[in-house]
Amino acid sequence: MFKLLDGSQTLGRGPTFWSCFLVVLAAALIYPVFADSYDVGNFSYFFIWIFMALGLCLMWGYGGMLSFGQTLFFGISGYAYGVLAINMGGGSTTIVALVLSIIIAMIAAGILGYFMIWGGISGIFFGIVTLSATLVLAFFLGQTAGPEWRIGSARLNGFNGMKGMDPLAIGDFYIEGVALYYVMVALIVIVYLALRMLVNSRIGNVIVATRENPQRAEMLGYDVRKYQLLTFTIGSGLAGLSGALYTSWGQFITPSSIGLPAAAMPIVWVAFSGRSDLTATLVGSFLLLFGFQTITVYSQQAALVLMGALLLATVMLAPQGFVLGVGKLVADRWSARRQRSSKLALADTSRLQPDET
Amino acid sequence: MSAELFSVFYQFADVFAFLILSAAGLAIVFGMMGVINMAHGEFIMCGAYVTVGLVKLGVPLPIAQALAALTAGLIGVAVEYLVVRRFYKRPLDSLLATWGLSLIVTQSMLLIVGSSITGIGTPEGSFAIGGYTFSTYRLVLFACAVAVLLGLYVTFMKTRFGVLARATMQNAAMARALGARTGRIYAISFGIGAGLAGLCGALYAPTMTLIPTMGATFVVESFVTVVVGGANVLLGTAPAAVFLAIIRMALNASYGQIIGQIGMLFAVILIIRVLPEGISSVLVRRGR
Repeated sequence: MFKLLDGSQTLGRGPTFWSCFLVVLAAALIYPVFADSYDVGNFSYFFIWIFMALGLCLMWGYGGMLSFGQTLFFGISGYAYGVLAINMGGGSTTIVALVLSIIIAMIAAGILGYFMIWGGISGIFFGIVTLSATLVLAFFLGQTAGPEWRIGSARLNGFNGMKGMDPLAIGDFYIEGVALYYVMVALIVIVYLALRMLVNSRIGNVIVATRENPQRAEMLGYDVRKYQLLTFTIGSGLAGLSGALYTSWGQFITPSSIGLPAAAMPIVWVAFSGRSDLTATLVGSFLLLFGFQTITVYSQQAALVLMGALLLATVMLAPQGFVLGVGKLVADRWSARRQRSSKLALADTSRLQPDET
Repeated sequence: MSAELFSVFYQFADVFAFLILSAAGLAIVFGMMGVINMAHGEFIMCGAYVTVGLVKLGVPLPIAQALAALTAGLIGVAVEYLVVRRFYKRPLDSLLATWGLSLIVTQSMLLIVGSSITGIGTPEGSFAIGGYTFSTYRLVLFACAVAVLLGLYVTFMKTRFGVLARATMQNAAMARALGARTGRIYAISFGIGAGLAGLCGALYAPTMTLIPTMGATFVVESFVTVVVGGANVLLGTAPAAVFLAIIRMALNASYGQIIGQIGMLFAVILIIRVLPEGISSVLVRRGR
């Protein structure tokens, strides 16, 4: 099992990395003791989006499928959670609503993915078809203001968005504040470790092989379409997890979480962080969310301009991602100082570079 | 009876013009360079804003529209030179770079210009056939769409630039070896694409509210038309627009705009299952 966690498809290996991991985890766990409740709430809010970024990292960095539809499944699941939570009542059933809404998002991803992957579209078209679907959902939800747009007792409410659903709860205990923070940390650790195991497993190797050369992978006897569909469904399901958590966190969701410019945000996080590694995505996305939130307080437009500039700068200056680049630099220095052969690290990094994506 | 027939044609022409005008610029850039310009909507927005600005200064509408298209085209050449040029070997990165550009432009416009400016109103003029009244401007838009297609046909099939452009499209390295300045041809093509986007914005500026995010209302239609059409503007985009316009018109008439758009999207998703490289791949193969 540890071999899967420490495998060759993920950067950051060995005792040094895992000691750092444990230190960061411990810091995250004792953070609420020192911080006030506002900051703890803010951190929970940042964590909501991490799942979506990790999902995109899996699809894009490991699978070579650039999906612009993360907010599509975020929205499907977010609205599904709202509708289910309102109609099924509060209490522990909200947990059921959370699980069901993620399943709904994954089914939607499976259907859309089937048509795209079996149709054989890839590269650029994969992006613009998923983006078209995303924008159409946003437009559709935007015009559902009338009272006739209701599912059970849940009104969709057009641009003003749906509200009035219960947050996640167990019995009478609402998962809020510090409790929510710990649930988020636990979920992130589980998802992060599970994804590490997935990409280092046999399945993960096929996923990466498909990214590198689909024809060759197919010649070796793998039905690459099935692996691509699996990747797409898992990645989109993680966006669904973000969506349901978001709706539960704020007890509202609006179409603006789905359309432009929201749809560009996961792309910026993952591109800036370094799409080819889960750890880089985790760290980079958190940093960007933190920075974005800090600037949004003054001007949301300025924050979005900065995001656009970061995306442009990333592809022009560091196509593999800034965080990943810095991480590699530090790791190389480290190993050079310990007089290890740096060839080893170079061999590993070159294996992680995709051909063209 | 003829009034009903004309009414059907009118609705078809309305959707067709929208699809062609919004997709032509995107399709040219994709066909020539294999790049999807995510800032396409922002060139459309640019065309619309320049038109309205000039009309408010007293410039007659048609001249303002022509100048707007020209402005967008020139900005397009500059963008190609500064950004897009670096990414011809990395098409996915070009997607990201232009998307970043699109974010910067839209949000800066929101910061500088504010959320909306007053429009200029659709040009008056309507005519009646049978018991129905029709707006003349919608037919002008249809005529413009047909003119754009004709203009592209002439440009790419009958001029020296067209020959060089098609040679570059087929085999850029060979064209370069034979003396074609492919860099310049790419820049001009991108300029034409951006100019056509600007024209689209200029033509639709009188009919809609001007907001910096207005590009988003065009991009879905332009994306799906290019996806269905494939890499060839004349043999792909035009038939794709006819096909999608028929679906869209039928759904619009019975269920309204938004169902029309959703139906069109579903049709596109079904089509890519069968024809992943678009209609033009079939037509071009037949033609050979």
